[in-house]
Amino acid sequence: MVLLVLRRLVQTALILLGVAAITFLLLYALPADPARMIAGRSATAQTVANIRRELGLDQPLLVQFWAYLQGIAHGDLGRSYAQKTDVGSLIAARIPATLVLMAAGILLEVVLGLTFGIIAALRRGGVIDRAVMMASFIGVSAPQFVVALLLLYVFAVTLGWFPMSGFGTPAHVVLPAMTLGILGAGWYARMVRSAMIDVLNQDYVRTARAKGLSSARIILRHALPNAMLPIIAMIGIDIGQFMGGVVVVEAVYGWPGIGQLAWQAIQQVDIPIIMGVTLVSALAIVLGNLVADTIAPLIDPRIRAR
Amino acid sequence: MFKSWLRNTTIATVLALAPLPSFAQDTPQQGGDIIVTYKDDIATLDPAIGYDWVNWSMIKSLYSRLMDYEPGTANLVPSLAETFEVSDDGLTYTFKLRKGVKFTNGREVVASDVKYSIERAVNPKTQGPGAGFFGAIKGFEDVTAGKTTTLEGITAPDDSTVTFHLSRPDATFLHVLAINFASVVPHEAVEAAGGDFGKKPVGSGTFILKDWTIGQHLVFERNPDYFVKDMPHIDKFTVEVGQEPLVALLRLQKGEVDIAGDGIPPAKFLEIKNSADGPKMIVDGQQLQTGYITLNTKVKPLDNLKVRQALNMAINKDRITRILNGRATAASQPLPPLMPGYDKSFTGYAYDVEKAKALLAEAGFPTGFETVLYSTNTDPQPRIAQAVQQDLAAVGVKAEVRALAQANVIAAGGTEGEAPMIWSGGMAWIADFPDPSNFYGPILGCSGAVAGGWNWSWYCNQDIDKRAVAADSMSDPAKVAERSATWGKIFTDIMADAPWIPLINERRVVAKSLRMGGADNIYIDPTRVINYDAIYVKQ
Repeated sequence: MVLLVLRRLVQTALILLGVAAITFLLLYALPADPARMIAGRSATAQTVANIRRELGLDQPLLVQFWAYLQGIAHGDLGRSYAQKTDVGSLIAARIPATLVLMAAGILLEVVLGLTFGIIAALRRGGVIDRAVMMASFIGVSAPQFVVALLLLYVFAVTLGWFPMSGFGTPAHVVLPAMTLGILGAGWYARMVRSAMIDVLNQDYVRTARAKGLSSARIILRHALPNAMLPIIAMIGIDIGQFMGGVVVVEAVYGWPGIGQLAWQAIQQVDIPIIMGVTLVSALAIVLGNLVADTIAPLIDPRIRAR
Repeated sequence: MFKSWLRNTTIATVLALAPLPSFAQDTPQQGGDIIVTYKDDIATLDPAIGYDWVNWSMIKSLYSRLMDYEPGTANLVPSLAETFEVSDDGLTYTFKLRKGVKFTNGREVVASDVKYSIERAVNPKTQGPGAGFFGAIKGFEDVTAGKTTTLEGITAPDDSTVTFHLSRPDATFLHVLAINFASVVPHEAVEAAGGDFGKKPVGSGTFILKDWTIGQHLVFERNPDYFVKDMPHIDKFTVEVGQEPLVALLRLQKGEVDIAGDGIPPAKFLEIKNSADGPKMIVDGQQLQTGYITLNTKVKPLDNLKVRQALNMAINKDRITRILNGRATAASQPLPPLMPGYDKSFTGYAYDVEKAKALLAEAGFPTGFETVLYSTNTDPQPRIAQAVQQDLAAVGVKAEVRALAQANVIAAGGTEGEAPMIWSGGMAWIADFPDPSNFYGPILGCSGAVAGGWNWSWYCNQDIDKRAVAADSMSDPAKVAERSATWGKIFTDIMADAPWIPLINERRVVAKSLRMGGADNIYIDPTRVINYDAIYVKQ
């Protein structure tokens, strides 16, 4: 177990190094000159050259990359070109909002997904089942911005139940989390439904039923735990994805998460921020999966045995 | 009802001029908290670094400078300076500072702060984009080359006197002292911030930054000790960032937001304009901006004057203003109409397809030619480029439209022999200060026609360059009108060489709530976009 985690940590480091190298090369291969962008239009050639030197952009690419890696080793992600401040602190300032939205979004998609998945599985082939499957189909295929704007229009503009935009109170998180929840629940419902159908046909469930257990007990104690494995793997993936930022939802609701930061940085060719966000998201995806892999054996002893 | 009618008509009448004191209902009210929204984070509030149209107006209000402008106009007035003198040769400027002006950290502003602040803006270590503006100050080259950090051309003989010695006459020098890069900052606050002064600004302007929650909001509060009485009018403004323009507009309509800084998305413009309150919410104003197409004088066949003139006649500019829902007017010359020196009588090249064809035939291209037109790739720029493409096709010129990211277009423009034509939309020249010379050097002068420069026509007329230098030496304040006229003539004469197709003068649009008061020209102030000092809330 400890060995497994250790091995995964080493893998994580290697993955991050690879991500850093690829992103770095791609960004510096761009024809846009960051010094030129910072200098603006009125700058003389001398000013641009000075800025390039100050940023170290006149150094060979490998030297720049090595300096960047050294910085990371010391926990320094560099300084933003546009904002002239620590990338680390810019990202850190975005983490609370990102975590809140991630937690609320995952909670909603899991609750909605489990509920409807179980109902559909129990009413397999019926009207409810078909309705749920239809809704989940729409959920997995609807574009984020359509759902986000629709919810915004109905619940914030027309009904005025929730604030339109911003961050701070619990009311602010409802609409963005609902958007993520509705869209993500489709996946979970489909997965829960098929896993449950699988489990409900197993002999031990039939035995439980023959023993006269209530169906609630059968579902919660016997069937659901066995259907949970794929759900946990999926939550692991979602943690990574949502940490990397949900650009569209954050943009529509003015949510100060990492995605917003990344989007602005891309428009401004602010390479240190793009690098930083990419690394943090990569780290989140790897860690999310690591967490899922660590939890799985706790729930399913069969994995532990292997 | 009558009152509001009167107010609106008054605002409509008082265009770019000073407020008329006789209209009592136009008296600004004191007090009020407002909310302003923007899509992007505020980059920095360091006056030596900030250089975009969002932080520009905030920096204006956080700091003060020796010179400033009357709100809503291009009229220079002393600000931190009480008086100033210019020597007869135009090489020495002496300023007397106002007494008793304090930074918001409590310390008095003294002459050495002015010296320090400008040296900081010029110092390469600061990485500021505005260093070049101070090029006329003696010792400038030594500082940019890193030989020293002090400008020998600035002296502070006592706490209230600061003197500038120039190496060449610069008639724009007073304007230079009014741009953000010349804002006065206290050295101890810069040092205490340890490289993060842009996030912890201290100045002596109309507002104080009270809180900055990164990615969410900035709170600016009125500086109670500001040295001009009754300025500013509002008590507080909160800037909410990360707000999608469309959502900001919905919030504005509900009364949650007072100024939607990013304006009105093109798709919503007509709907808002035609709504009941629309006209009162839309502020639509001229800015010191000209959108143009550069014709690269170093690329065949655009090196041929007749070809460039023919292309100037081939474009239907009125159609392009329609693409922008009328948010622009057709341009005839490089200078925008609000700029001193703009020649109202100059009509430039009129739209005339037949004449254009005849000129092309004369130049040896009776069946036209093939070329490339660069444009940035955000709406509506590619649509405008396509309209130009169609107009060119009508005279036989087949232009391929290359819509790229802004940075790539800038790179292509600054590479010799690369881009035959560039539509400047999205990167168009907006004046740094309201002086005609600001439209020459970098974009039409020989000094800009270099690798990495912004003179994408690669136009270099030595004769015009000499006249430009002469015009900028006319630093006698009594000769302002004569100098503007001289500059105006330079720009209309440039059009004889046709290095550009001046296309349109775009107007800026800001959306404000019904409770906001003040004339349109303080929401689209020619020198600072939103003038936070002058806007007010109607009671």
